Amino acid sequence: MSNEGQIYRISGPVVTAKGMSAAMYDVVRVGEEGLMGEVIEIHGDQSVIQVYEDTSGIRPGEPVLNTQETLSVALGPGLLTQIYDGIQRPLQTLEEQMGFFITRGVDADAFDMEKTWTFEPVASVGDEVSGGNVIGHVQETETIVHKIMIPPNVSGTIKSIESGDFNVTQTVATLEDGTEIQMMQKWPVRSPRPFQTKYAPDTPLITGMRILDFLFPLAKGGAAGIPGPFGSGKTVTQQSLAKYSDAQIVVYIGCGERGNEMTEVLDEFPHLIDPNTGKPLMNRTVMIANTSNMPVAAREASVYTGITIAEYFRDMGYDVALMADSTSRWAEAMREISSRLEEMPGEEGYPAYLSSRIAEFYERAGRVNTLSGEDGSVTAIGAVSPPGGDISEPVSQGTLRIVKVFWGLDAGLARQRHFPAINWLNSYSLYPPSLDQWYRDNIGQDFPEIRTAISGLLQIEAELQEIVQLVGSDALPVDQQLTLEVARMIREYFLQQNGFDPIDAYCDINLQYRMAKAVLTFQDAAKSAMGAGSALSDVVNVPARSALLRGRFEEGYIDRIDDMVKAMVDEIEATVEEN
Amino acid sequence: MAGKEYRTITDVKGPLVFLNKTEPVAYGEIVSLRLSNGDIKNGQVLDTSDDMVVVQVFEGTAKVDRQAGVTFLGDVFKLPVSTDLVGRILDGAGRPRDGGPEIVADEKADIIGAAINPYSRQSPHDFIQTGISAIDCCTTLVRGQKLPIFSASGLPHNDIALQIARQAKLKDSDEEFIVVFCAMGITAEEYNFFRSDLERTGALENAVLFVNLADDPAVERIITPRLALTAAEYLAFEQDYHVLVIYTDMTNYCDALRQIGAAREEVPGRRGYPGYMYTDLAMLYERAGIVKGKKGSITQFPILTMPGDDITHPIPDLSGYITEGQIVISRELHQQGIYPPINVLPSLSRLMGSCIGEKTTRDDHKKVSDQMYAAYAQGRELRGLVAIVGEDALNERDKQLLDFSAIFEDRFLRQSRDEDRSIDETLDLCWELMSNIDTKYLVRLDEELIAKYHPENRA
Repeated sequence: MSNEGQIYRISGPVVTAKGMSAAMYDVVRVGEEGLMGEVIEIHGDQSVIQVYEDTSGIRPGEPVLNTQETLSVALGPGLLTQIYDGIQRPLQTLEEQMGFFITRGVDADAFDMEKTWTFEPVASVGDEVSGGNVIGHVQETETIVHKIMIPPNVSGTIKSIESGDFNVTQTVATLEDGTEIQMMQKWPVRSPRPFQTKYAPDTPLITGMRILDFLFPLAKGGAAGIPGPFGSGKTVTQQSLAKYSDAQIVVYIGCGERGNEMTEVLDEFPHLIDPNTGKPLMNRTVMIANTSNMPVAAREASVYTGITIAEYFRDMGYDVALMADSTSRWAEAMREISSRLEEMPGEEGYPAYLSSRIAEFYERAGRVNTLSGEDGSVTAIGAVSPPGGDISEPVSQGTLRIVKVFWGLDAGLARQRHFPAINWLNSYSLYPPSLDQWYRDNIGQDFPEIRTAISGLLQIEAELQEIVQLVGSDALPVDQQLTLEVARMIREYFLQQNGFDPIDAYCDINLQYRMAKAVLTFQDAAKSAMGAGSALSDVVNVPARSALLRGRFEEGYIDRIDDMVKAMVDEIEATVEEN
Repeated sequence: MAGKEYRTITDVKGPLVFLNKTEPVAYGEIVSLRLSNGDIKNGQVLDTSDDMVVVQVFEGTAKVDRQAGVTFLGDVFKLPVSTDLVGRILDGAGRPRDGGPEIVADEKADIIGAAINPYSRQSPHDFIQTGISAIDCCTTLVRGQKLPIFSASGLPHNDIALQIARQAKLKDSDEEFIVVFCAMGITAEEYNFFRSDLERTGALENAVLFVNLADDPAVERIITPRLALTAAEYLAFEQDYHVLVIYTDMTNYCDALRQIGAAREEVPGRRGYPGYMYTDLAMLYERAGIVKGKKGSITQFPILTMPGDDITHPIPDLSGYITEGQIVISRELHQQGIYPPINVLPSLSRLMGSCIGEKTTRDDHKKVSDQMYAAYAQGRELRGLVAIVGEDALNERDKQLLDFSAIFEDRFLRQSRDEDRSIDETLDLCWELMSNIDTKYLVRLDEELIAKYHPENRA
């Protein structure tokens, strides 16, 4: 059999070809227009192909050509600041080639093949190199040095290496055996890139969101799921993470989501400043936008495209954060294709392999020792959109089984305008035991104890609220009324955070620690003042406390907070004397 | 361009016709069926292979037998578009329904529509004043947005949609919208109501109507919204019009989708709806927006009725994940005799933030809206408490909030069907109503705004 066959059948995005030799996941060109597709099933001499573009107008009998490569992404300088569709076609180039509607049959290079980059070797002639070794540097953006690596399956002795300006396909080094090394390499998206070993994570990914960093921290190299019904703030949370988390590289996958929302990201990111480096956020970002009305097979591929790019930067020794919004749309793409293949469905029509695909995806996250011996990580954060907000459905459950952090968004909180609407009672993180040492060493010796105190208070509040519902808060003893006040302070002052306020949107972890301590200091001061006879209302209403609460929207809060807390304590103590 | 006529039908099942071996037929190709009594029906290819072709018949398969002749027309479904469409009434398959002439096409446009490149989109930011306080203040509509009305049977969603269509305009501008109205499976009575209202107000001259009624073939409903959106895209992106697309009722559309899925023996998803319904709905809803470098825009107002008033039903649920917010109609408010019975609490406009403020509406809009919402939400919650413990148990603040929730419904929500409030009137009304609450409880307003707008401080 040859690598050329004919179309036998077309049913939506699924096309069957006859008379073509094919292996699983080979990339093929379908029809006269050469639409891109991928072999996903083989029956005798028939190959079943999922096509990444609309198939209307294609007829049986048209040719199918097997490229005999698997679906791969191009990796090299030029990736950063790009905006791709699900199969790594840059949207900007697509616009230049076909206008504002995405039509089909257009092929575009992942990045500018002609652009030259200044290559500075860090290896020299005679060096023994193997896959993953860094041989040179390119200053790709202001903040990021792109490390040029030997492709994973290549090794040898460097025969020549040159500095200078090259484009990504020119040879920058040759090995003794004649292998030529270019700055660009390709990697099949469905295979994880290799590394030496995976370690347990021990450093938190600092996000600047108090409820996440403080109560439910995510480790660099960890995986988190954010399920929530529509309107609960999944996308805003994901975008905040993309903006403020202290990862060095961010890969943002808009998978089957709203077009206008992607546009907002595209408009906003170039103007935003990374609080960690002071440079435009775009400099560290790669975006993948496959909106809900773009071809469904490309949506299925988009998460793999994204995570492969993330792994590539990890291999350079960077900490990479990957956001996928939303993994439910990815799962639905799998379901749609599976049903076209007439596969026997599992739960709710999803294919039986859904949970193993989800697990494989999140398993590609992790903190690793790279092939070149450096420390790099990929942190994966996936939004989940459970139908009706009910997380007993297969995608949520498949995700929860594998991720260690669960940030549960809550429609009720969103309705009360409590943002971020993350429910503190049912969310969890399994990382604190491995991160506590970092917090003790870097933020405060008593950090874990403060966290326990804060979450304990919230737990007690939930129990007290049940009683309040029945008898009203006035019927509670004063010490429990104080507990309710303190818990309210935690919710309104500490957990609520205004993502649109220029100051409050990002909260330094040191400030978070002091704010949490301020709450506990208030509790102690109030308790002792009330023990000495002060009324709860007097204690709560001291002016310095309102000043402390309001202060978080003001510049320089971190420098003033200690004095403000002290002023509050003084005023609370003064209420005793007044009595 | 009629080709060969085949008489090779093997099976007829629901809306589907199965044919044996033909010349190669394109996926999505349009098909004409000639019945033995001479009637012509239209269809589209759903599945094609060397051995067999599956055709979905838009008008239903009544009277189709194995002797029917099938002709493949060599092209995918296209709508003839031209500015002559404006002022016309067409049926659910795009044929004139008003007795007028056929549309003379400037061009023919593929009705499936291509996805707009996210990179080419322009973020929507122009405030549309609907004249309805609840919408303008709390779930502000933006030009280029897709904002559905989540309603249920027996509620006045049609009146609200029409009122919006009549009154919608940019602030301080007389620029009018072209209304593209798409009816899917609604009753003749509802349709007459829409048509006579559009005629009465003269809006019909600036409208295009695509009408598939309850007794028209259900399968045709699959293409009706696609025709409407194709017309809308032509008018917006080729002819620079601002287009408002109203389609009703999405629930009938989804049921038609389910019907075809069942006939094809597809594996069903939730409640029997096809697994690809999210993608399918997205292919409609996402055809809203603004494109860089084009003057026109498409704003969508889909109306859907939630079966059993259940917002978690797959139709509202999947819609909510795609659209940029929702306006929720409440049976409770309707039964209290309040029009428009919009429940602002679960309603949301995701794009609101981009179009309100000093430059577009007024500097106090955001905070007033937050305060109105918060006070009403608390007042509503207190109603539950009062039912248990009685009003006397409330403190002063709670009493004020409780009273406010009634005033909110009676004076802010309630307005007549032809009352067109400007945004300034709406916001001033908010301040007037909020003055029933002590200023110290209005924690979401700052002192500056209170000094500027509070009735006590205004002459």
